[in-house]
Amino acid sequence: MQAVVSIIHWLVALALAPLLLGIIGRTKAFFAGRTGSPFLQPYHDLRKLLGKGAVYSHTTTWVFRAAPMVGLGAVFVASGMVPFGGSPAVIEFPADLILVVYLLGLLRFATVLGALDTGSSFEGMGASREVQFSALAEPVLLLALATLGRQTGSYSLSTIFVDIAEHLSIHAGPAMLMGAVALLVVFLVENARIPVDDPNTHLELTMIHEVMVLDYSGPDFAFVLYGAALKLWVLGALLVGLVIPVHVGIRLIDSLLFVLGMFALAFLVGVIESCMARLRLLRVPQMLIAAGAFAIFALVLVLRQT
Amino acid sequence: MPSTAQPLSMCPGETAAFADVPLVGTEQFRRSVIAAVRRGARLVALFGQPLTRDATLSPLDALRPSRVKGQPVASDRLHLYATTADPAAGTISVLATSVADTYQALTPDCPAAHWFERELAETWGIRPEGHPWLKPIRFCAPRRGAAGSQIQPGVTPYFQVRGSEIHEVAVGPVHAGIIEPGHFRFQCHGEHVFHLEISLGYQHRGVERALVGGPDKRTIHYMETLAGDTSVGQAIAYCEGLESLAGCRVPPRALAIRGIALELERLANHTGDLGALANDVGYLPTASFCGRLRGDFLNMTASICGSRFGRGLVRPGGVGFDLDPPRVLELLRRLEAARRDVEIAVDLLWKTPSVLGRFEHTGTISTEDCRELGLVGVVARACGLERDVRHEFPTGFFRFVQIPVSTAHAGDVFARAYVRWLEIQRSLAFVHEQLRALPQGPVRVEMNALAPNAIAVSLTEGWRGEICHVAVTDDAGRFAGYKIVDPSFHNWFGLAMALRDQQISDFPLCNKSFNLSYCGHDL
Repeated sequence: MQAVVSIIHWLVALALAPLLLGIIGRTKAFFAGRTGSPFLQPYHDLRKLLGKGAVYSHTTTWVFRAAPMVGLGAVFVASGMVPFGGSPAVIEFPADLILVVYLLGLLRFATVLGALDTGSSFEGMGASREVQFSALAEPVLLLALATLGRQTGSYSLSTIFVDIAEHLSIHAGPAMLMGAVALLVVFLVENARIPVDDPNTHLELTMIHEVMVLDYSGPDFAFVLYGAALKLWVLGALLVGLVIPVHVGIRLIDSLLFVLGMFALAFLVGVIESCMARLRLLRVPQMLIAAGAFAIFALVLVLRQT
Repeated sequence: MPSTAQPLSMCPGETAAFADVPLVGTEQFRRSVIAAVRRGARLVALFGQPLTRDATLSPLDALRPSRVKGQPVASDRLHLYATTADPAAGTISVLATSVADTYQALTPDCPAAHWFERELAETWGIRPEGHPWLKPIRFCAPRRGAAGSQIQPGVTPYFQVRGSEIHEVAVGPVHAGIIEPGHFRFQCHGEHVFHLEISLGYQHRGVERALVGGPDKRTIHYMETLAGDTSVGQAIAYCEGLESLAGCRVPPRALAIRGIALELERLANHTGDLGALANDVGYLPTASFCGRLRGDFLNMTASICGSRFGRGLVRPGGVGFDLDPPRVLELLRRLEAARRDVEIAVDLLWKTPSVLGRFEHTGTISTEDCRELGLVGVVARACGLERDVRHEFPTGFFRFVQIPVSTAHAGDVFARAYVRWLEIQRSLAFVHEQLRALPQGPVRVEMNALAPNAIAVSLTEGWRGEICHVAVTDDAGRFAGYKIVDPSFHNWFGLAMALRDQQISDFPLCNKSFNLSYCGHDL
């Protein structure tokens, strides 16, 4: 029974991930005074791209073609390891949080290699920015997860998020709050959202993530887009799991609560993108270092408690 | 050769006999222009005019043999004309010299001549000796000398920086957005830009060449499409020159309507630019509201003449459309609504710290560089220079109603955005005031024939900056030559300078804060 619920949860994650992009887009449109595209637009885009052929530059090699599949595979597995709604994930084992972090790393590695393979100076520039920022974002993510692990006494995501409510006392509040802030920053950086990157821009020179995937078309680009949506879901699920730790005990309600939390997060991203400008690229590392400081303080507080 | 020859001095909107332009020796020409620019005058145009076989018999040379003594006039010689505008005196001066194949370049002593001399070299096949960076700017076929030596756009040596970890980023001419073509080469070290070189010419249409022999039915349409977003500004510059040559008095009501159209054009473009600047830093609210408001201003122009860009409105001798009282009331109502909305939308920019953080200290140009390079328009005013043709060389309705000059001092993206905002407020006030007190009378008069063998220089402050048109007529009163200087022609090099020691990711923002025209430059 448990296994069936876990598999259903995974399928829900796979199905709903692109909807988050639709919610973000709709929120931004609302703030801009437009109607915006339908919530299901990302699904239509994916279907359209899957029906198209792909164009490959003569300068690219198999690396370029393999990158979207490797990336999507990595984040697909990661999405099966993040639990929600009080049920453990499909794939779980002790200390699996490290694998999740490095599966996301593998996605990035594949994307960067694909970008470098094109030999375009734009894509090289984007790859360099992506690597620079994620080198700073990865420790923050690990530290924030270590805080959770320390608090709950387990380094498996499933155990952490299923039991989190039992381990939270009023004293854990500040540490968890700081951990959540650090996770939010990582969530925005890793998913290339404002204030770090602007997913809507057409200006190659300012792009980070978008510029690395400029040369992809057709099904490859669909893989890239779907992979990005799953990554949004995975990192979002970590944040929402921490912010809504309490479980009622009724599976359906807990799951619904979680999904609503994800939608609320997407709405929040839309609000953030609507009411502030992008940071200058030089300022992004400063923001990540601040997030790192939050994560370290959170860990120190948790360590002091015991 | 008289060494005391003073340049021909004219007031804005005045016509002079072409023969009155003093022809001096190349060295004196050079010294005189450089001295004028050092005294604070602006080089508004530097252009060549070929001497045809007929021209050797024209009054220009036949009546003044003393001035060309020792310089036999032949068809292979070219006359160079330098037009400088002195804001202190409010006058425009013209000086000429005759050159064969080479002459001593002005650029080393007068950087403002840089682009002009490259244009001269390319168009007329002459060589300015000592020019530091002599490359084509438009890649057009030369109008004189060896034909068939046309170079393909973009094929020239580029400035290069060498060293470990130095890399080059090339952008364009095909861009990701729907914008005009231009090629940009960055010499970078990581994200840091050492040097930017801009290569244009992809939109060259040969307008100046096509204008020779005019004016005819097509001419006004060429003028309205020199730079599509400056239709009114360019058309006013053309019509003022033509009316001056024809000695025709434009009725005040027509001048007022032209002024209103010019300021509406400024309002639409400045509002659009502020929205585009917000969009480039990813700040959505202002971006989308200003995009809509730009449309509102364009629609106001359309309600006057039926064209959102003001085509068909400005015509030689006046304007093509009158404003009836109900339309004036409607315009006033729409203007008031737009004023309220634009204040709210733009205010958001100045109240959002993340936007100001991007705008401030980005793409700074020093006042000194600005003066040396002869930058014009919003860019110059954002460097603290009070360069505004409406104030310095007023013509048309601006002789009667002054608009205060808006300046800022930082010279960065913020200053350029803020000057736009100040000008929006002042243009709104101007349009409002003029609509409420339109002079009565006709809106168009019949044009006379153009004066033969004459020269007229007209200056207009378009929304980008100073537009200069120089018309030279032949014996029959047709154009023997027509020179157009769009403000973009002065300012493109300023953009390259603004990028020095900047982050490459800030280029789109800097570029937008200049918002220069490609086709206005390429002509």
